[in-house]
Amino acid sequence: MFNSLSERLQDTFDKLRGKGKLTEADINVAMREIRMALLEADVNFRVVKDFVASCKEKCLTAEVLDSLTPAQNVVRIVLDQLTELLGTTESKLVLAQNRTPNVIMLVGLQGSGKTTAAAKLAYLLKGQGHSPLLAACDTHRPAAADQLATLGAEIGVPVYRGDGKDAVKVASESIHEAVDHLNDIVIVDTAGRLQIDEEMMQEAVAIKQAVRPDQILMVVDAMTGQDIVNVVQTFAERVDFDGVIMSKLDGDARGGGALSVRAVTGKPIKFVSMGEKPDSLEVFHPDRMAKRILGMGDVYGIIEQA
Amino acid sequence: MGFFDRLKSGLSRSREAINEIFYMGGEVDEDFWEDLEDTLVMGDMGGELAMRVTDDLREQAARENLNRADQLRDALAKRLAQEFRTADRDPFEDVPSCVLFVGINGAGKTTTVGKLAGRARGEGKSCLIGGADTFRAAAIEQLEVWGTRAGVDVITRERGADPASVCYDVVEEAEKRGTQLVLIDTAGRLHTSSDLMRELAKVVNVTRKRCTSMPVTVVLVIDATTGQNGLAQAKEFNDALDLDGLIVTKLDGTAKGGIALAISDQLGLPIYRIGVGESIDDLETFDALDFCRALVGEGK
Ligand SMILES: Nc1nc2c(ncn2[C@@H]2O[C@H](COP(=O)(O)OP(=O)(O)OP(=O)(O)O)[C@@H](O)[C@H]2O)c(=O)[nH]1
Ligand SMILES: Nc1nc2c(ncn2[C@@H]2O[C@H](COP(=O)(O)OP(=O)(O)OP(=O)(O)O)[C@@H](O)[C@H]2O)c(=O)[nH]1
Ligand SMILES: [Mg+2]
Ligand SMILES: [Mg+2]
Repeated sequence: MFNSLSERLQDTFDKLRGKGKLTEADINVAMREIRMALLEADVNFRVVKDFVASCKEKCLTAEVLDSLTPAQNVVRIVLDQLTELLGTTESKLVLAQNRTPNVIMLVGLQGSGKTTAAAKLAYLLKGQGHSPLLAACDTHRPAAADQLATLGAEIGVPVYRGDGKDAVKVASESIHEAVDHLNDIVIVDTAGRLQIDEEMMQEAVAIKQAVRPDQILMVVDAMTGQDIVNVVQTFAERVDFDGVIMSKLDGDARGGGALSVRAVTGKPIKFVSMGEKPDSLEVFHPDRMAKRILGMGDVYGIIEQA
Repeated sequence: MGFFDRLKSGLSRSREAINEIFYMGGEVDEDFWEDLEDTLVMGDMGGELAMRVTDDLREQAARENLNRADQLRDALAKRLAQEFRTADRDPFEDVPSCVLFVGINGAGKTTTVGKLAGRARGEGKSCLIGGADTFRAAAIEQLEVWGTRAGVDVITRERGADPASVCYDVVEEAEKRGTQLVLIDTAGRLHTSSDLMRELAKVVNVTRKRCTSMPVTVVLVIDATTGQNGLAQAKEFNDALDLDGLIVTKLDGTAKGGIALAISDQLGLPIYRIGVGESIDDLETFDALDFCRALVGEGK
């Protein structure tokens, strides 16, 4: 089951074994390998440092040092720690029972996958018997509303476009539209924005105030590198999102950003997005993500198919 | 176990510290080298390249007796700048020219085409846009808005049409009109999707074959926020298409774009332009030294 990292650790320990019992210095050598693997997976370097330090403590036990299979033990400890930090349970959408319509708002950087994710969520909820409405509140990107309208038409979900100029106005109107047409969930697509763009961050806050979302989900590209911590930290402070959708995991990115997001904001990853089609949204499994980050099973979801 | 809390306070501290490592006028000690390596890793250069560059600089410091941090800042930026290949030819200046834009989903291809078309018109060049993304929802509408903004015609076909035939059409039209600059937008795709990569190779080959009147350049568009996966992307696209160069987008954020350095270093590809915003004017020429100064924390 374990490859690459565990093989590397195996080699390391085999060499060290020659001189008898493992020592703290030997564990340090193993921790260097783990540090490298995490950095290659785009886990933020500061997160890596703290994570490796806390793993090391757990590895410096007689159980590991005296064991005949130290590599497996170390990998097991790292994997367990990682899984725990990613969130021990699967997280689902939390919607209010006594409010109609429920509102889900999507935020994130440019090109992260918000509009596609809005359609995917609508598709998922429709399949569960809901009657969603998509609100086209990206009034900045050229043809953003056309994109959402096309996706809505493909999955048979209505799209409210309003005047296409004032995002906050379109957002509040979409709630009335939903009430009038008996839609029980409104999914609000918003423009992509940089966390340092003050005006755009204020717009996101204004949309939030206008629609009072039950859930704000931040869409994060699985290929994002070290900067992810600055991005999610600011979004957490300003719009205080509830959870994350990690997009583009159908590629071979290790998606170490998932760990950084959890570590700096404490917000759970709720869904992973695995393609451009509306049915490619999946529930997040921390254990699989942990394996993926460590390079121990490249294809997310491979276990479910097996 | 307090892990998150420790980390959160650690993060803000370290961010400040890293920006300051070169300014403290501090001594160059072990901490300095460690901080330096962290800075480079934090800029997405990748662990290996960061280590190699740090080791090189360490040697240089010993050799040239540089023992103050500020002396090393410039040495480092220059050292990094050397990793970049320079372009033999600027495909947007040296016309007539036909350029294809490729890359993963959402990288900024369509926007970059729009900006370059606007720039070309501003310089009085004739320009034509090919809309070969016939896949994504409203990709054509998006490109048409850009065409209107730039004052440039867009040649395309309906959604679902063969993208290679769009390239054929646009080259034919450009030759008829005597157009100087042809910019072709393609659909975003992950480098791991072999079907879509094959389709793209066909698009590029058709264009190269059909377009005999001017050189064809293939540009990979990379989002500056991309982490280590950028290397895998660039390798796959290069293997499939034989790339000519890169454009790095979204450098107006706080991402340093160090992955561009790693790619340029590994694949020997020049960077033609950088994207610094969503408006038509938000495109700049690439300056390796400026880029590297920003990468090592001198600000932009
Ligand atoms: N392969 C893959 N592509 C995706 C996924 N999610 C989104 N995309 C693609 O990524 C690109 C950007 O997606 P959008 O939904 O337009 O992103 P956005 O965040 O709405 O972008 P802006 O509105 O410009 O900020 C499109 O080409 C999508 O088809 C995914 O999970 N896998
Ligand atoms: N801040 C910033 N945003 C940019 C830049 N370049 C592009 N964008 C934004 O990024 C998002 C995606 O840009 P597109 O040009 O649609 O990307 P694409 O590569 O054509 O995407 P697909 O066709 O879906 O693969 C849009 O919201 C753009 O406005 C840039 O330099 N800076
Ligand atoms: Mg969008
Ligand atoms: Mg595009």
